This record gives sequence, structure tokens and C-alpha cells, in this order.
Amino acid sequence: MTATEETAMTIGLAAEPASAGHHPAPATAARVVAALKRRRRWRPLEAVFWAATLASVLLLPSKHLILNEIAILGLFALSLDLILGFAGVISLGHAAFFGVGAYCAGLVATHGITEPLAGLAAAAALTALLGWATSYLVLRGTDLTRLMVTMGIALILGELANQMAWLTGGADGLQGIMMGPVAGWFEFDLFGTTAYAYSLSVLFVLFLAARRITNSPFGLSLLSIRDNPLRAAAVGVPVNGRLVQVYTLAAAYAGVAGALLAQTTQFVSVDVLEFHRSADVMLILIIGGTGYLYGGLVGAVLFKLLQDMLAGFTPQYWHFWIGIFLIALVLVGRERMVGGVAAAVRRLARRT
Amino acid sequence: MLTLLFDGIAYGMLLFILSCGLSVTLGLMNFVNLAHGAFAMAGGYATIVLMSRFDVPFVATLPLAFLFTAALGLVLERTLYRHLYGKSHLDQVLFSIGLVFVAVASVDYLMGSQQQIIKLPAALQGRVEILGVNIGLYRSFIIAICTVLVVVLQLILSKTRFGSRLRAAVDDRRVAQGLGINVNVIFAATFAVGSGLAGLGGALGAEILGLDPVFPLKFMIYFLIVVTVGGTTTLTGPFVASLVLGVADVAGKYYVPAAGAFVIYTLMIVFLLVRPQGLFARAR
Amino acid sequence: MIAKRTFLLGAAAAALLAAAPPVYAQDAVKIGLILPMTGPFASTGRQIEAAVKLYQAQNGATVAGKKVEVIVKDDTGTPDITKRLAQELVVNDKVSFLAGFGLTPLALAATQIATQGKVPEVVMAAATSTITEASPYVVRTSMTLPQVTTPVADWAAKNGVKKAMTMVADYGPGIDAEKAFTETLTKQGGTVESLRVPLRNPDFAPFLQRVADAKPDALFVFVPAGIGSIFMKQFVERGLDKSGVKLIGSGDMTDDDLLNDMGDVALGAVTSFHYSAAHPSAENKAFVDSFKKMHSMRPNFMAVAGYDGMHLIYEALKKTNGATGGDALVAAMKGMSWTSPRGPISIDPQTRDIIQNVYIRKVERMDGELYNVEFDTVPNVKDPVKAAKK
Repeated sequence: MTATEETAMTIGLAAEPASAGHHPAPATAARVVAALKRRRRWRPLEAVFWAATLASVLLLPSKHLILNEIAILGLFALSLDLILGFAGVISLGHAAFFGVGAYCAGLVATHGITEPLAGLAAAAALTALLGWATSYLVLRGTDLTRLMVTMGIALILGELANQMAWLTGGADGLQGIMMGPVAGWFEFDLFGTTAYAYSLSVLFVLFLAARRITNSPFGLSLLSIRDNPLRAAAVGVPVNGRLVQVYTLAAAYAGVAGALLAQTTQFVSVDVLEFHRSADVMLILIIGGTGYLYGGLVGAVLFKLLQDMLAGFTPQYWHFWIGIFLIALVLVGRERMVGGVAAAVRRLARRT
Repeated sequence: MLTLLFDGIAYGMLLFILSCGLSVTLGLMNFVNLAHGAFAMAGGYATIVLMSRFDVPFVATLPLAFLFTAALGLVLERTLYRHLYGKSHLDQVLFSIGLVFVAVASVDYLMGSQQQIIKLPAALQGRVEILGVNIGLYRSFIIAICTVLVVVLQLILSKTRFGSRLRAAVDDRRVAQGLGINVNVIFAATFAVGSGLAGLGGALGAEILGLDPVFPLKFMIYFLIVVTVGGTTTLTGPFVASLVLGVADVAGKYYVPAAGAFVIYTLMIVFLLVRPQGLFARAR
Repeated sequence: MIAKRTFLLGAAAAALLAAAPPVYAQDAVKIGLILPMTGPFASTGRQIEAAVKLYQAQNGATVAGKKVEVIVKDDTGTPDITKRLAQELVVNDKVSFLAGFGLTPLALAATQIATQGKVPEVVMAAATSTITEASPYVVRTSMTLPQVTTPVADWAAKNGVKKAMTMVADYGPGIDAEKAFTETLTKQGGTVESLRVPLRNPDFAPFLQRVADAKPDALFVFVPAGIGSIFMKQFVERGLDKSGVKLIGSGDMTDDDLLNDMGDVALGAVTSFHYSAAHPSAENKAFVDSFKKMHSMRPNFMAVAGYDGMHLIYEALKKTNGATGGDALVAAMKGMSWTSPRGPISIDPQTRDIIQNVYIRKVERMDGELYNVEFDTVPNVKDPVKAAKK
């Protein structure tokens, strides 16, 4: 199967016969519109997912803190999915935007603007700018080069944050962030309920936006670039322009995720820019699967819960079990592993 | 000044031994093996255990460390890695990170989390002054070993039948296979040797870089830098890249200590922007 | 299809999360011990956890009629995780104490929770001076870097060091140490040149070469324990030990945990610190012997801080008769003094920081093993940074 046919398949469009050539017939255009509409329609499983998250706000008050962390991580992974899953741009330095967003929100708050939404906006704007500026460095070269250039940028920023102690607090972290209530109404509480509800709302809104964007002609052009940049260019997709746009968008998403972390924990340390953040978010996204927007969210839920559970049992050696899980996930195959669980559930359901 | 150059070369040589195996793996099988550092760590710990529990002299542990990690590499290649050649890069990343986690936790469990310390024989300690240049004995030892290794590797690659098959396979795997070259066997052998070299590097480097359970995570970045800057099609590329990075890192930290940590990253980005395919890559 | 199925897995995990409420005894006093148990600072966590276990084994798990339960959590050395764990421990597990905290940013991240939850935060490792000022509930049983570096600067000035260099790891505690050393020595007429080494630095060669070229009378070093051993070897390898550069530092460099493995390269290094496993006292001998027996490693300064932290918690509970209000407990801790394995110590009632003797030591061989042997004592040192503010 060729790459373009794959793209066509992913959007639920039968491949055009070769004779259609470069000029899509009006009928094709109509079919594309219909296909996009179909993709935009909400599936029951999606509704279940969001209903479950909403239920978690009400039913799991004791877990709000870790859920908040998961929501933020999920948004961060969603942002990576935008470039990796939809445009095929691999990055091992996504923490650059996460960290800059976190510092930006933190600094906005320490300089007197304690309204959280203003901090979010500032972080999004700054990281979008940074993403746009660095996109030109990143878009050159092969996967491996991209991997390393993104990583290099993140590491340099991390080192800068460490050195510019007068601004960032250096290795001690940025102290003294006091957030005001969200929208002038909801105070952050010790139980993390406001924090979780706030992060979740932001995640949901941005998720909707991402869903709309990826199911638009713009999103389709990204998919075609991911599957075969040469062919995409040949049919008239402005490859570089599109990549710059989506990279900028993803940067802003990551920045918002970082800002949420800074605001809900009211603390920023150099750690937000470190390599392990970039690596973790990549792991999470791959665990959940790329290219369907939910991968990052599901991965974040799985990874964090697993980590929390294992670290509870064995604070020293939980890495071992996570490692085994990852190896098994790859060797057995995500498909079969999940399929097995599903089959077991089905069998159980039948018995009762 | 010359002392500085010397230190930089020694450091670069060490980086080269540690990462050349990875460059071959990437170039040959297009396999992203982030667990490469785990093999280096295995070599380091092999040396530690041999020295402290079995009283093997340091120099004698080096070939053993090589053999041990090579064997380990071979076993893992045959049992686990070979199932992954067909999978996507992302799956490979996931798998090899998993392997690193397991290695980190296992070493921690078996050996403890503290830094391991190697006791060098007296003959390798201290330094001598030659023509006004102050030279550390241990660093000269590293340079000597690495030079020999580079020459041997280069000879194997260019003069032996195995070498030409390997080069053919790196160049174009499919065609090589079509010509009746058993790429899988070549890869298993190369993987073992690459792992062994990493192990040797770990054993040699423990003195200078330190050795603790998080070694594979700490130095993953450095391996990747060498490999990407050097490119994956030749050995010369990573070799020159290691030397340049080693010298630049040392010199940068000497002359502008405040910017010390930036030098290597900035250098990498600049290199990659100028030569996205690596230093010595042919245009494809 | 992958999508749908992975989805199911996520849902299953969420169900698991909902189904596991923790069950604990109600009349227990809980201590949330948050430590880096994995990652580069894992050995800090291990030493402290070992000491806490030893203390409980020796003193029983019941105090003032209540069972003391320690919940160990791994924060991997990441501040936002520290904060979340602290918050969960306070909100869900209802702990009466937060303890541990391997590094400064980790301790600082939790201070807000301590204040909001009115829970005493017993800092057992982190050493930047400012931590106790971040919350009125912070009490420290480890040390501050200025506290332990000022004495060695005094010692250097007295022993004819005019021109010194400092080499510190480039992060909070390192900069604290650099400042304390430089100020103290320049006040006494010395000159100091500073070098900062990136925290994640694999090779000291270029920095040591600078020292070799500058030929100072003494080199003051602060690097986190663990890296100290690599540094010492490279110092000797470069022949600096024979070139007349005196090697001085805080005791992190000659950490008891690793000292014996460093070998002869460490001999003669002069450091100032608050604890040495070779401290000559009956309390210390008993502590070291039982620690070695239980965990087959030598206790270091982290361990003794964990041990003393537990002692502080136990004594505070005795004083309040088992009552667990944060304000009462902190009040009980203030001014408390006792004889620790490291010597006499007390909690400063004004700053809640520790007051302790700082010892000047030299690495020597004793009974075939290397130890930091104390040869001078500066009694009852307060944290000089906070003392100067008053």
C-alpha cells in the first residue's frame, strides 16, 4: 500500500483510482468533506471517556492530586502527538516548551498578575513564539537530526535557567508563587480539587480545539506530509509552512501544560526543562499510541497509575517493573495485550 | 595548552569506544538502541566485581569485561532484539528504554546505588612530564588502547571479508541480502562486538566518568550526540566527532568555565545544521 | 483499532484506581518519609531510610502510647512529585509529620504544604540555608552549608592560606558554600578565585588544569557526595597533591559511605563537617556498630541526620503526650537538645535550624580503613547566614 493510500484509509476514504490524477473531481471533493464530517462525529467510546473523567472529579476526591498531574501530562503528551502523530516530526526536547511555559506562568504570577488564565495566555504566547523561532532549526534534516536538535535546544534552555538564577531562582527553584482564584472565584485548595477541575477544563477545551484542527483540511494535509512529504509537496501542500504552523501550535500546547503545572503546584524548578521530561512524555505517547489524540491521555493515565502503584509497593525498584511492562508491551504487541484483557473481560461478562 | 589538548583527546577517545557500537547498530539495522549505555554499565560493573570479589588485576579485567558484555549482547540480540527489527522506531525506543529501566533497577538491587570506585594499579596512577607537557598515565593508557582499537576496527572493516560484507550491508541492506550475504549473522556478530566495546568503554571510563546504576541514563545523551554528529555510515565520522567534541568540551570548560555546559550542546546543534546527515555522510 | 483497545486498557486502569482505597489503623501516628529512592541521588534516600529503620528497631514503634508508622515515598528527585506526594500524604494519609527531603528544591517544594496543612516538615538532608525560612513548620536535623564551610575557611586562614580557589558544583548548595568560604577568607585578608562546575559534569580535567595553572595555596571543593570520589582521584592523578595545593572542603567530598573505597588518594584531605563515622564517643560507636550490623554499610552524615530526625519526632511526641497538632509539635521541637552520635546538638528556638559542633578532620587510616579523623572542634555553630541577618 502506498503512503497516500494509507492516508486515505486513515480518514476513511477509499483510494482513488489512479486515473483521477492530480485534479480531484468534484465528486472527490464532496467525499472528502463527507469523510471529514464523519471523522468529526463523536463516537460512543469518546463520550464514555469524557464522562468517566467528569465522574472522576466527583467520585475520586482523594485522587485529585495525582489526577491533576495526569491531566497535565496528558495535555503535554497531546501536544507531542500533534507533531509526532499527525505530522511525523519526532522530538526529544519537547520539555523546552513545557519548561518555558512553566517559568513564564510562574514569573507572571510572582510579578503581581495572579489570575491563572492570564498566566496561561502569556505562557501560550511566549512558547508559540519560541516554537515558531526554533521550528526553522528543527525542520531540517532526518529524524535523528531532529531528535538531537530538539534535545540540544531543551538542554541549553535548562542550563540557561540554571545560570540565570536572578530570574529563575536557579537550582533552588522559583519561589513565592501565589496564585489567585481561577476566574476570580475558585481558590486553589489543599485537596487539589480546584487544581484538577481547572487543569481538566483546560485540557478539554484544548482537546476540542485539537480535534477540530486535526479533522480539518489542514489536519489532512499534515497527515499526507507525515506519510510522504515528497508526494505531499508534489500535490501542492506547502510542506514547510504547514510544519512550522503545527510545530508552533504544539509548542503553545506544551507551554500551557507547563503553565498548568507551575500554577497548580505553585512552584517551578529547573527540573521542568530536564531531559527526563522529554523522554517521559515520549514514552507516554508511545504507550498510548500516536495519531488519534487520545494516545497521550490514555498513556498518561496508564503510566502514572502504574508508576504510583509500583512505587507504593517498592519505592526502590519500581523502575524494574515499569521496564518489564514496556518490554512486554512491545514484544507482545499493544494490540494483543489489550486484546487479551478485553477478551478476558468479555469472558467474565458472559459467565455472570 | 598541550596538556589540555591531551586531556581532550583522551576524553574524546573514551566517548568513541563507548559509542561506536551504537553507530553501527543504527547504521546497519536502523535500530535505535537507547539501551547501549546499559552495556557500558555492565562492563564497568564486571570490572568492579572481578576486581573486588576475585582479585583479578585491573588490566586483566578489561578483556573480560569486553567478553562478558559481548556475550550479554549476543544473548539479548538472539532472544529479544531480533524480534524488533521489523517494528517502528518508536517501538524500539520504548523497548530499549524498558531495558534500561530493568538494567538500572537490577544493578541497583545487586550492587547498591552508590558510586563504584575502581582502584587502579600503581603503574597507571600519577603523571609524567614529557617535553614540558604534563601527561596523566591513565589517560595515556586510554589513548593507547583506543588507538589500537581504532586501527584494528578499521583494518577489519576495510581488509577482511567480514568487513566488506558489513559495509555492504550498512550501505544497502536489501541488496546485500539479495547477494546472499546473511545480514542477520553479520548483525548478531556486530551487535556483540559493539556491546563488547561499550562494555570495555564502561570499564575504562569508570575511573573518569564514575559508575553508578543511573550511568546508562546519564550518558545516553553523550552517545547520541557522538553518533548523530558523526553520522552512521562510517567509523571515521563518529571517531572524528568524538575527538572534536572531547577537545571542545575540555577547552570550553577551561577557557570559559561559566559557559562550560553550553559548549557541547551548541556545537552539536551547529554541526547538525551544517551537516544534517553527519560529518562524513555521502549525499544520498 | 489500536486506538479503541488501548482505550479499554486505560479504562481498566482507571477502574483499578477507583477500587483501591488505602486502609490504615486510626490511632497510629504517621510519618510521611519522602526521599529520592531512585535516580542520581538514590544513595541519600537509602542512607536515611536505613537510619530511620534502625531507629525504629532500637526504640520500638510505639511512643506515648501511639503506634508510629513510617510511609516511605520515592520522589525520584523531582520537585513537583515531592510536592504532590507531600500533599497526598497530608490530605489522604493524614500524616502528622513530613520528613526526608534529599535536595533543596525538593524541601522547598513541600514547604507550602507544611504551612497550609500545619504539619511539621523535618528536613533530613537538604542543606541550603533558606529552607527553614520558607515555612514556620520546617525543622532541620541535617546542616546548612555555610555552617560547615565557615570553620574550614577559618582554619585555612589560620594555617597560612592566602590565595585560595573554590571549585563548587553549580547549584544552590554549591553557591552557598562558595559564598560562605569566600566571605570568611577575604575578611581575614585572603584572596579567592571561584570556579563553578556543572552539576552533570563527567570530567574534572579542564577545571583541575586551571587550578594547576593558577597554583593557589589551597583548593576548596564542594561537590555532592558520590561525585567527590571521582574528583579526588582526578585531583591526585593531576599531581596536584604533590604540587603544594592544599585540598580542603566540606565533608561531602570525603563521604563516609564511599571514603574507604577511595583508597589512598583521599589521605590527608582536610574537611570540616558535622559528622564523622569516626567521632570518638560511646553514642557514635553504638550507632555505627548497629547500623553496620543491620545494613552492612557505613553510616554517613545523611544517616545520622535521619536518625536524629526520628529522635526529634519521638521526643516531640513524648512531650505532647502523643498529641499531633503541628503547632504544638513544632513548639515542642524548638530548643530541644540531646547528644546525637555526632555530638551535642540542639534545635535553635528562633530559626528551627540545627545548632551543632563542626569538626575539622583529616582523612587517615585507622585499623586498615580510611576515616575522617577529627582534630579540632568549633562548638555550637549556628547557621551563619541567618545569624548575620539578626
